[in-house]
Order: sequence, then C-alpha cells, then structure tokens
Amino acid sequence: MKAYRSMVLVSSDPESLNKGADEVYQALQTEIKAFGLENEISLTMVGDVGRHDAVPLVIVYPEAVIYGPVTKENVHYLVEEHLYKGRIASSLQAPVKELSGKIAWLSARKGTLPAEQRIVLERAGIIDPESIDDYIIHDGYQALAKAVTEMSPEDIFSTLEKAGLRGRGGAGFPTGTKWRFVYKANGPKKYVICNADESEPGTFKDRLILEGDPHAIIESMAISAYAVGADEGYIYIRGEYNIALQRISKAISMAKEMGFLGENIFGTGFNFDLHVHSGAGAYICGEETALIESIEGKRGEPRARPPYPTTNGLWGKPTLVNNVETLANVPPILRNGAEWYRGFGPAKSPGTKVYTILGNVNNTGLIEAPMGITLREVIAIYGKGMKNGKTFKLAQTGGSSGSIIPAALQDTPMDFDSFAKAGVALGSGALLICDDDTCVVDLAKVLLNFFRKESCGKCSPCRIGSQRAYETLVRISEGKGEMKDLDDLLELSNNLYQLSNCGLGQTAGAPIRDILTHFRAEVEAHIRLKVCPTGVCAIDSNQEN
Amino acid sequence: MAGNDKDGKTISNTVQAAVDRFGASQDELIPIMNEVNRELGFLPSEALDEISHQLRVPRSRLFSVASFYAMLSTKPRGKHVIQFCESAPCHVAGGREVWQAVMDHLNIKENETTSDGNWTLLTTSCLGICSVGPVMVVDDDIYGNVDPAQVPAILDKYR
Repeated sequence: MKAYRSMVLVSSDPESLNKGADEVYQALQTEIKAFGLENEISLTMVGDVGRHDAVPLVIVYPEAVIYGPVTKENVHYLVEEHLYKGRIASSLQAPVKELSGKIAWLSARKGTLPAEQRIVLERAGIIDPESIDDYIIHDGYQALAKAVTEMSPEDIFSTLEKAGLRGRGGAGFPTGTKWRFVYKANGPKKYVICNADESEPGTFKDRLILEGDPHAIIESMAISAYAVGADEGYIYIRGEYNIALQRISKAISMAKEMGFLGENIFGTGFNFDLHVHSGAGAYICGEETALIESIEGKRGEPRARPPYPTTNGLWGKPTLVNNVETLANVPPILRNGAEWYRGFGPAKSPGTKVYTILGNVNNTGLIEAPMGITLREVIAIYGKGMKNGKTFKLAQTGGSSGSIIPAALQDTPMDFDSFAKAGVALGSGALLICDDDTCVVDLAKVLLNFFRKESCGKCSPCRIGSQRAYETLVRISEGKGEMKDLDDLLELSNNLYQLSNCGLGQTAGAPIRDILTHFRAEVEAHIRLKVCPTGVCAIDSNQEN
Repeated sequence: MAGNDKDGKTISNTVQAAVDRFGASQDELIPIMNEVNRELGFLPSEALDEISHQLRVPRSRLFSVASFYAMLSTKPRGKHVIQFCESAPCHVAGGREVWQAVMDHLNIKENETTSDGNWTLLTTSCLGICSVGPVMVVDDDIYGNVDPAQVPAILDKYR
C-alpha cells in the first residue's frame, strides 16, 4: 500500500451485499482504471457502517462524503465527478437524516482531512524548551494566573468536567472528578504528582511533551495544586529519560526565579514547591501506588486499593496523580474554555489524543489528532500506507497492556467508549501496526516475556501466571504445544485478570485472550499441524507428533 | 573503607557527593543510588553500607531496592554495557535478527559478561525511541534503525 490521494470505501454488511454492493465495488474498480486513477485512489470494502436506509454506501475520503444508495449505473458519474473532476456528486449523496452512530461521526468531520490537531503538543517543537520567555510569549502561565486570581477550586473542577477531559494514562477516568476527590479529602497536607514514568512499550508521547514543552507541565501542576489544596508536588520521570529530566529541572528553577513556583504565587498567598524524582528502571512504577512507594524510597510494589491515593497517597496523605498528557490538556482548557475543547472529537471523549505510530508502515512517528479517528485513517493518511505493499493484519494498541486489534475492527473510531464497546482498549496511544508477516504466537510471546520480567512479584497470580503463560507460548511456538494448552492459557488469562493486585497483572493475559478470539486458527496451526503459517516461529518439522 | 573505582575516587567519597547533592532523606534514596551506580558502574556492598549509614535506612531495605530496579546493579558489569530493547515495537521492526547478531558477535547470551570483562549484554524494556526501532544502547550512545550487518561496526567503535 502506498500514499493515495483519496480513499474510497464501500459498505459490505449483509444488507449492502443484498442490494448489490459487490457490483458497485466492481464497477468502481473498472471506472477508476478507465480514468487512469488506480495509482491515486485506494478502494476498499468495509464492514457495517451503520446507515442501513441508504445502502450500499460509498464513502470518499478525505472529504468524508457519503453517497448512497449507489447502484452500478451511478458509478461512472460518481467517479467522473468526484474522483476525476474533484466536485461532489451531490445528486448521489445519502439523504441527510438522523445520522447516527459511526456515520454521524463521519459526517461531523465532513470537508476536513482528519488532520492533526495539536492541543497538548501546541508548543512542542515550536518554542525553545529551555527558554521561559519563549513559553510566556506563547500564552504560557496565563492559565495559572487566571486560575489563582479569578477561579475558585470549584470553578476549575466544573470547567474540567464540562470540558469532558478524561485521563490519558489509559483508564480514561474523568479528570475533574478525580481532582474533586482530592480536594474533598481531609487533612492539611496534600501532594500532587505527575506520572512521567512512561514505560508502555511503543509510547513516547510524554517524553516529547516533557522535552519540548516542560513549562506546560509545571504550569498545570501548579494549577492542580491550587485547586486541590496542595503545597508540594513531584514529577516522577523514568530514569531512562535523561534529557527530559534535565529540561524539567532547569524549567523548575527558572519558574522559581520568575515567581511561578515557590511562595505567594501571583501575590495570592498560594505556595507551591515542586520536586523532580527520577525512577530507576521499572515498568511497574507507572502504576500510581507503585510510583508513590518508589518516591518513598522503596521497591515499586503496588499497594492494595482501596484506600486510593486520593485519600491515602504519598506518606499517607491525600495525593493527586495525573499523567503527563492529561496535565498538558489543562492549561489550554482553562485558557479557551470548556466549549472550545468540546469542539474536538466525539461528545463522550472530547479532545485530542497523541498517538505513536509504529511498525510496518511507511511513516512512523507521533501525531496528535482528534479522538475518534480510525486505524484505517491512521495507516493510510499518517502512516502513508503499509510498508512494501503488504497487507494490514493487526494493530497492537496502548503498549503491552492494550489490545491486539484485528484488521476487521480498523473502522472502529478510536475513543474510550467506541473501543470499550468493541471489547478492545485504547491504552496509552501506541499503535503498533503489523503486516501479514507477523505471527500472533510470536507477538504474544514477546508481550508475555515483557510482563513476566516486569511483574514486581508481589502477588502470585501475576508473578506465576505471566511466567507460566510465557512458557506455554514458547512451547507452542516450538511446535510442542497441545490443544489442552489453549484451555490452560485462557484459564491463566482469566485468573490474571480476576486475581491480580494491580493493572499490570490484570492486563497481562489480554494478548492471549485477543489472539485466541481473533486468530485462533493460526494458533491451532502451530499445535495441530506443527506449522507456523507466517514462517516466523522456528518449528522443527521432523519432530515426533 | 578501601575500594577505588576506575577514576580513583573512593567509594565513600562518591556516596558522600551523591548524598550532598540530593540531601540525606529517604525520598531521595533512589536518586542517590542511581547516581552512585552511574559513577561506579554498580553498587558495591561498601557503597550500600555507606548509604545505609548516611540515610539511616536498614541495609536489607537497600538491597531490596537495589535488586528491584533494572538500572541498579549489585554486581560489577563489563567495561561497556549494551542494552537491547526487546519490546514488541522493536521486535516487529526486525529486532530479533539484530539480537541474534549481537549474541553471535560477542559470543555471550542475555545478562552475561564477556570473559575479558569488556562487554555486558542486557535486554531492556522499551526505551521510548520506538520510531527508529530496532534500538540498542551502548553505554550512553543510542543506535536506531540497526540492521544485523551493522552490529560489528558499531561494537568495534568501543574496542
């Protein structure tokens, strides 16, 4: 696959097929060739798009124009008008009525290329991260000034709630509500913590924010401290992020000099002291209670919850823990208002998401786009197509604790609710795009290897479960598996989910569940036929059955 | 207490410098251990004794912390340390073949040190440089988009 000018989708749900979607597809193929556009336009059949009254549908990107019902007789005109001459063939457009579900989302972005929308990365790469003046010129510390001089804590919570900001660390918990919990917790001493222990494989969005716009995090932490009533905060940065560590440390001392940190900020009597704390190489410290243990100078072993950090956190005091990306959303929201923020992405998960695009695509890297774009768009538009013209097989989202998403789900909007409904997880925003040379057993093996090594060892379901699951996958990959192993794997996956103490163990079994749900035949081939269909696993075919 | 590191600084001086820099409080324990580990290449037991004494933290707890975090080591490592990313993004981008080439070239396996004490080979989880995978880090130098054929040339730079 390469980069195309336009992308044409044909719906292929049973209803569409019934009404001739196949013929429309073939006619499109013929007409696109007849106009000599086959190198500029990609043509794909997609599943149920959700608008049964006007099927078969033909959807053309980047304009997101929906045509329907389209017959094979219409196709010549459609291709000539829209794809050749570049005019919308309005007579063929689907009637505008009660757009719902996925199609409403498509229509909302009509006329726009799903272009990048930068909110949290608004300054990264544009300003000099080591200059506080540069930050201030670009609206820096305005939101803090507004918060401490014009807004009550309650104003801040309700603005964040109205904006619909949800935590970007993976769980998607409403940010304003979490802040309110800490505000309401008893006690004169409270802490705020920024979780910058970004260790999800494939994720480096927080690093770019910390390196490119360090003051944004300092500003946001000061706002959160003011709102919840804390006077001390920590930024916990993973030990491997040297540059981020230096930039943040330098930014803190500059902010102190300018009076944005320290005592009597903006003359309001609000005091806030901020420390940087580096990790020492442990994935589990991204779990908030493990992170707190680590700041206290201990092994990073997660605590039993409840009580939650919002009431019993660092040194037993109420503590607010937020992810870097979540915090970076706060100053723009306070500056521009909740309404402005709701203008991006779908209603229930507004805003943008930073994605890292990796794997077998032509263009890897990082984008910030409105919530709700699809994997198909990510691959075609931002990834510039699959590498070497291969076929997209699956994507692994959200680092190791995300999901394995088969190609069949590539039209699911990537937002918290749509993903939850489809039974997959958005996680941290890493999108590892894999082509059809990827073996799912091999992939699951790599993921389980990660979990067994990063398990802190405190609770046995995770410590032993991840190890046993890994061993079983290794056996299967060597052609020594038995069918019973698959039942055992599912049971392990279930036990990990039900019995583990923290999120690491709970998600460690997800890759197993995902590959057995979506790619069971491929896994069974390793066992029944002693063959790895992709040729990745080295199976000795001469061994005894 | 005796024991000199490679630059001739004594272990207790190194610990003292780290404690002075971060302050003798428990919440600075990990930054202090990180710093000492970086200076000395690992955490010798004399260093743990000294930190224990300065921070008034039991040695058992120090050992428990030192053995928990991947960046801390209680055993000496080779002159050069190779960290190889084994997470999925690098794996999918061809990391497996590069890993094999590194092991073949040095003739050691994961977590081993060459007999001449020159090389220690470690695997690591994601280092956050995934857009240029496969990634390997030699000491503090990062190499991205590594292919197996480049491995000997990269390692030869450190001879």
